[in-house]
Amino acid sequence: MKTKLLTLALGAAAFATVSTSASAATLDDVKAKGFLQCGVSTGVPGFAFTDDAGDWQGFDPALCRAMAAAIFGDPKAVKFTPTTGKTRFTALASGEVDVLARNTTETFSRDVDLKFTFGPVNYYDGQGFMVRKSLGVTSAKNLSGATICIQTGTTTELNLADYFRANNMTYEPVPIETNAEAQEKYLANACDVYTTDASGLAATRAAFEKPDEHVLLPEIVSKEPLAPLTRHGDDQWADILKWTLNALINAEELGVTAANADDMLANSKIPAIRRLLGAEGDFGTKLGLSNDWSINAIKAGGNYGEIYDKYIGPKTAIGLERGLNQLWNKGGILYAAPLR
Amino acid sequence: MTVASDFSDDVEPFRLSMLIYDKRYRSYTLQIITIALFMLAVGWLVSNVVQNFRDLGKEFSFAFLWEPASYDINQRLIEYTSRSPHWKAAVVGILNTLVIAFLGCIAATILGVAIGVMRLSKNWLVSRLMTVYIEGFRNVPVLLWILLASTAFSAMLPAPRQAPLLLGGAFVPTNRGFYVPAPIWESGSGVLGIIFVASIIGAWLFGRWAKARQAATGEILPVLWIRLAIIILPVVIFYFLLGRPVGLSMPELKGFNFQGGGFVRNSFMALWIALSLYTAAFIAENVRSGIQAISKGQTEAAYSLGLPPKRTMNLVILPQALRIIIPPLISQYLNLTKNSSLAIAVGYMDITGTLGGITLNQTGREMESLLLVMGFYLIVSLLISGVMNVYNNSVAIKER
Repeated sequence: MKTKLLTLALGAAAFATVSTSASAATLDDVKAKGFLQCGVSTGVPGFAFTDDAGDWQGFDPALCRAMAAAIFGDPKAVKFTPTTGKTRFTALASGEVDVLARNTTETFSRDVDLKFTFGPVNYYDGQGFMVRKSLGVTSAKNLSGATICIQTGTTTELNLADYFRANNMTYEPVPIETNAEAQEKYLANACDVYTTDASGLAATRAAFEKPDEHVLLPEIVSKEPLAPLTRHGDDQWADILKWTLNALINAEELGVTAANADDMLANSKIPAIRRLLGAEGDFGTKLGLSNDWSINAIKAGGNYGEIYDKYIGPKTAIGLERGLNQLWNKGGILYAAPLR
Repeated sequence: MTVASDFSDDVEPFRLSMLIYDKRYRSYTLQIITIALFMLAVGWLVSNVVQNFRDLGKEFSFAFLWEPASYDINQRLIEYTSRSPHWKAAVVGILNTLVIAFLGCIAATILGVAIGVMRLSKNWLVSRLMTVYIEGFRNVPVLLWILLASTAFSAMLPAPRQAPLLLGGAFVPTNRGFYVPAPIWESGSGVLGIIFVASIIGAWLFGRWAKARQAATGEILPVLWIRLAIIILPVVIFYFLLGRPVGLSMPELKGFNFQGGGFVRNSFMALWIALSLYTAAFIAENVRSGIQAISKGQTEAAYSLGLPPKRTMNLVILPQALRIIIPPLISQYLNLTKNSSLAIAVGYMDITGTLGGITLNQTGREMESLLLVMGFYLIVSLLISGVMNVYNNSVAIKER
C-alpha cells in the first residue's frame, strides 16, 4: 500500500513535468489531419461569403482552396474558420488555423512583433470613407465632427486617428466588431461614415438595397497591402503559401487558365509554362509536395485573374476595377517572382 | 479515548507505515502530498507559458504600456488623445468601467428594493407583474438584454437631423445617444458649491437633532420637508444673489451632430439599463427573502404598539431584514461589476475594450494585457467586498 501510493505520487510528478514538446512542421500536421485549416473573415461580399450550399466562396477562400489543391490535389480539403479583426491573430498564433487569408494588412509590427510571416500581397488596397449622398459631403476633409463606424483591432482604426489628427479634425468613433454589424449601424444612420479598406466598402455597398444612395469619398488615406499570412518560424510552410500565390499570378501572366492547364501541360513548348506546370524541374518535390501541385492549384479556381473576375471584378456586383492589382505589364503593380 | 492514553504511557517507535496507518500522521501526509501535487501543477502551467513564449520568440514585458496608443476612445473622463500612451488608454477604460459599475449598482439597488417590496404587495396585479418581471429578467442571459437595448436604441430612435427637440430643445434623443444640457461653471459657482455642501451637512445635523428630540419628547417633526428646504432654499437664493453663476449649454444641431451640451452615448445607456434591470431582478428576490424571513410576530407586535404600516416597515422590518439582505447583495454588486465587461458587445469602451481589446490586439501582448485586466477586476471586486463587509458589520446584530 505504501509503495503503491509512492509510485502514484512519483508517476503524477513525472507526468506533470513532461511539457508539451514543440509541434512538428505545419505541412506534416496538415497532411496528417487530411485538411487545411484556413482563417477567413466573418463575411465581406465578394471577398469571403458562404454560398447557398453553406460552402465558403470568395477571393480569400479561393486562395485556401488553391493551397489545399496544391497539397492534397483536392480543393475541398479545407476547414474554414471565420475570424473577426480581433480574433484572427490569436487564431493563427494558437494553431487554430494554419493560414489566414482575410483582408489582412501587412505591417511591420504584425510581421516582426506579432511573429507572423506574410505571403505575397494579393490585393493592394487603401482606406476609404463611405457616406450617404444626401449629406452632400464631397471630401474626407469635410468630415470634422462626424460619427464614424470602425472595426476594432484593424489598421483602419489607427489610420483614422492619424488622419483626423493630421488634419486637425475631430470625430466620434463607434467601435464595432464585424462588417455586418457596421453595415447595420451605418444603414440605421447611427453613424454618418463607415470607413474600412476601399475594396471592403465597395463590396459592402454592393450588398445594399440602394447602392447609389451612398458614395465613396475620393480620399484614400492609407496603404493597405492585403496579404495572406502564416506563423513565423516555419519557412517550408511559408514557402508553400508564397509559391502557391505566385503560381496563380504567374499563370495569369503566362495565359494559363483552369480550362487550358491540362492542354498546356501536354503541348506547351514555352519553358516558363512547362516549369510552372511541373513538366520540367521538380519544384513540387522541393516544396515537400508532389510535382503536380501548381497545376492542381490553378485548376482549383483558375489563375489570379480568373479568381479576381469571378468574385470581385468589374463584371460582378462588387465591380472593383483591377487598378493597382493589374499585372505589372498591364499597368498595375502585381509582380510575382518567377519559378526558376 | 483509550487510544490516546495508550500512547501517553509507552512511546511507540516511529515507523514509516505510520504516515498512512496512524491517524495522527495520516492527515499531514495527505496534505503534504496534495500541496506537492498542487505546486507541480502550478509549476507545469508556468513552465508551459515560459516555454511557449520562448517558442514564439516573445518576451514578457510591460514596456508597451508607455508607447503611444494611436487609437481614439469616444467616452473619456480624462484628457486623452490618440498620442497618449497605452496605460492612459487603460485608465480611461478603468474609469469607464467604474462609472458603469457605480451607476449600475445604484440603479439596480433602488429598482431591486422597490420591486422586491412590490412583489410582496397585497395588490394581486402588482405582485404578479413583479413576478413576471423578475422571472423574465433573471432567466435570460444579460448579454441578450444588452444587445436588445442597444438595437432598440439604434433602430427605433431617429437620426440627429430628424430628432425631436424635447423640453424646448433641452433633451434630444437620437440613435447615437441622448443630448442633454450641460452646466457651464462661471465665476462664483465655487461659492455656490460650498453653500450646497454646507446645506447638506446642515440637513444631516437637523436630522440628528430631530431624532434626539423625538426620543426625548416623542414629538415627530416633518423631517423630510424641512430637510429638502434646508438643501434647496439657500442654493436657490444665493444662485440669484450671486448673479446666476451657473449657465446651461444647450445641444445645438451643427454639421453632422448636435454640438454643445452633454452627450450620453447609446452604448452607455444600453449597458447601464440592461445591467441595472437584470441585476435588479436578483436584488428584488434578495429583498423579498429578507423581508419574509422576519417573523410575522414582529409586524403584529409593532401594530399592537400602534405603529402605522409604513413606520413598521421602516423601523422594525427593514433594519432586521437588512442583515439578511446585505451578504447576497454584495455578490450581486460583484456580478454587476464583472458583467460590465460585456460592454464590448455594444462598443462601450471599458477596461476590457481598451486594454483587453484594442491595446491587446494592436500590440499583440495578450498575456500581459489579460493579466492586468484580470488583476484590475480582482482588486475592484475585493474592494467592493471589503467596503460592503464593513457596512454589513455595522448593521449586523451586535452581541454584547
